[in-house]
Amino acid sequence: MAFDDAYSALTDHDDDARWAYGTGFSDPLASVPSSVPADVDGADLSLYCLMLGDDALILSHRLQEWVTRAPELEDELALANIALDLLGQARLLLSRAGVASGASSLAAVEDVLAFGRDAAEFRNVRLAERSDADFACLVGRLLVMVTWRLAAFDRLASSRDPMLAAIAAKGVKELTYHRDYAAQWVVRLGDGTALSHSRMAAAMAELLPLTGELFATHPVEARLAVAGVAVEPVSLRAEFDGVMAQVLEAATLDPVLPGPPVAASGEGAGRDGVHGPELDEILREMQSVARAVPGGVW
Amino acid sequence: MTRHEWPLFEVFVRAKRGLNHVHVGSLRAADHEMALHHARDLYTRRNEGVSIWVVRSDQVAASDPAEKPSFFEPSADKVYRHPTHYTIPSTVPHI
Amino acid sequence: MTDFALFDQAIARDQRIEPADEMPERYRSTMIRQIAQHAHSEIIGMQPEGEWITRAPTLRRKAILLAKVQDEAGHGLYLYSAAETLGADRGDLTQRLIEGRQKYSSIFNYPTLSFADVGVIGWLVDGAAICNQVPLCRSSYGPYARAMIRICKEESFHQRQGYELLLTMMSGTAAQRDMVQDAVDRWWWPSLMMFGPPDADSPNTAQSMAWKIKRHTNDELRQRFVDMSVPQAAELGVTLPDPELAWNASRDHYDFGQPDWDELRRVISGGGAMNEQRIARRRQADTDGAWVREAAAAHAAKNLEVAR
Ligand SMILES: [Fe+2]
Ligand SMILES: [Fe+2]
Repeated sequence: MAFDDAYSALTDHDDDARWAYGTGFSDPLASVPSSVPADVDGADLSLYCLMLGDDALILSHRLQEWVTRAPELEDELALANIALDLLGQARLLLSRAGVASGASSLAAVEDVLAFGRDAAEFRNVRLAERSDADFACLVGRLLVMVTWRLAAFDRLASSRDPMLAAIAAKGVKELTYHRDYAAQWVVRLGDGTALSHSRMAAAMAELLPLTGELFATHPVEARLAVAGVAVEPVSLRAEFDGVMAQVLEAATLDPVLPGPPVAASGEGAGRDGVHGPELDEILREMQSVARAVPGGVW
Repeated sequence: MTRHEWPLFEVFVRAKRGLNHVHVGSLRAADHEMALHHARDLYTRRNEGVSIWVVRSDQVAASDPAEKPSFFEPSADKVYRHPTHYTIPSTVPHI
Repeated sequence: MTDFALFDQAIARDQRIEPADEMPERYRSTMIRQIAQHAHSEIIGMQPEGEWITRAPTLRRKAILLAKVQDEAGHGLYLYSAAETLGADRGDLTQRLIEGRQKYSSIFNYPTLSFADVGVIGWLVDGAAICNQVPLCRSSYGPYARAMIRICKEESFHQRQGYELLLTMMSGTAAQRDMVQDAVDRWWWPSLMMFGPPDADSPNTAQSMAWKIKRHTNDELRQRFVDMSVPQAAELGVTLPDPELAWNASRDHYDFGQPDWDELRRVISGGGAMNEQRIARRRQADTDGAWVREAAAAHAAKNLEVAR
């Protein structure tokens, strides 16, 4: 057996290359035009992509924190997969935000945005930055956020910005799985043991009243919705409420009313860069290495 | 000895259309739905599959290796089942 | 004919032993122990690098590292799955790990002090693991051999991403080059220890070789690893911290110094910087997750009743 090179050594006794390497990798965005449509305001589009991108980046960070401490190893893999999907969405959206605002160096624009901004420049909803007290909070928050996001991406797949439309179409497939995963866990915990029922009920009772900010329309969203680029969040409400009601019922949990469609606290809150101490904590960690080595390349 | 909380499932993956499902390993899950999710996350991270089966391991019936002689060897001498058993002159086409 | 004539015959003919086959009890227990320790190593091995996922300095590196650490969880599961074909129970093996009754690779008891450690672990630790594991793709126990094939294929990305990160950092600032050299200095000797004690102090090697669950001795594999790593280090522009390292034309191999074997013994028996923390993390996850696993089992049982 060849011994120097793991690749050639492995082909000795396994001519079936499909296992572990897989086939058919492709970049669905490769052929999408990257220019911003002429009548679309670049600054607005950039800000909108930051909102959607930061939601994914920050939620992914919270999921990453569960790697090595999930209740079961199989779920560690599942949560890592979801975190990777969301991270991928964040990268595409931050890059789009960079292009739309006319950034010059494209290669690193996602990193400039992820590691160079302070908390007040992040546009994610406050719900994304919450830390999870337990696994019930984790799957409850995941269900809430990906249900909203799936409804939004479903509509954004026909956005007039071709790149945003392509990113959304790709994301829909990922988010469908995420929602399924989260919903199954909410049902299992709700309809599991007495202890898990009470924990799941407590998590939903805490989370759902905080969902109002997801449906508050930001001026940027309003303008871009008129231009056929963005989606008015309030139009996602019916689908969101329907999914929640269905999952809560299957989980034998009491229905909880989502909060009114207003920002959580402070003027415009997360979408306007008004965050809690939890985002500071996330950024301190996330940006620590990148900021500690000025001029570093990785 | 602590037994695992969830039962064991065997996982079979079809790598692409036109191929059989092939056994790839096992995993732990509380029910079939979860087993399918876990199989997807564990065994198809690199685009290795287009279809998955999961079967509870305690539902699989297997032949006994001790019976291998009586089970499998009787078919070993039936060479007439194989096309190469028959001699055809090389001048005969299409056969 | 002995009781295990078929087993002996299969081993002699270099055929695989499969789960339902009759096998000597000592082969079964050795195999379970070897596979379980390997599985534990993959799972514990997630932690040293896992700590850096949330701190990775670019989003690309974050994705790579997350996928890599996730792979290690997958490797652990492939291996537990192989151990379960021998009649072991994963719950029981996990219990042995978190009670400190079953070992894992001592390499993961060293701390990761900078992001360069992520690169060096990929290059040297995954590299040493590949050296150890490629021959195991021909282990006499079928399910283990098959798991190893899949694992080795996935590992090759691990080593390459690590080396690529180091190459990139070496092209960066002076501070980054210092970080890389410092990480190499800390990980080189522990990596050599990954191959186990010298052959003279490795009493089980002979039986393992006879059963074909081990294909090369510790010292052979260690030599191989040194020979592969020296030119890679040169290409990278780092120095390996061994003054005795020199090409020996008469042997056609590099000569190298001996690791501190007392240190290995100390770390294996729990004296490493991170032993307690690594096990505590797993124990915590197991304890914190118990109610979740119970809930899922309870829900599944209810559904089964409804279905009847
Ligand atoms: Fe591994
Ligand atoms: Fe690895």
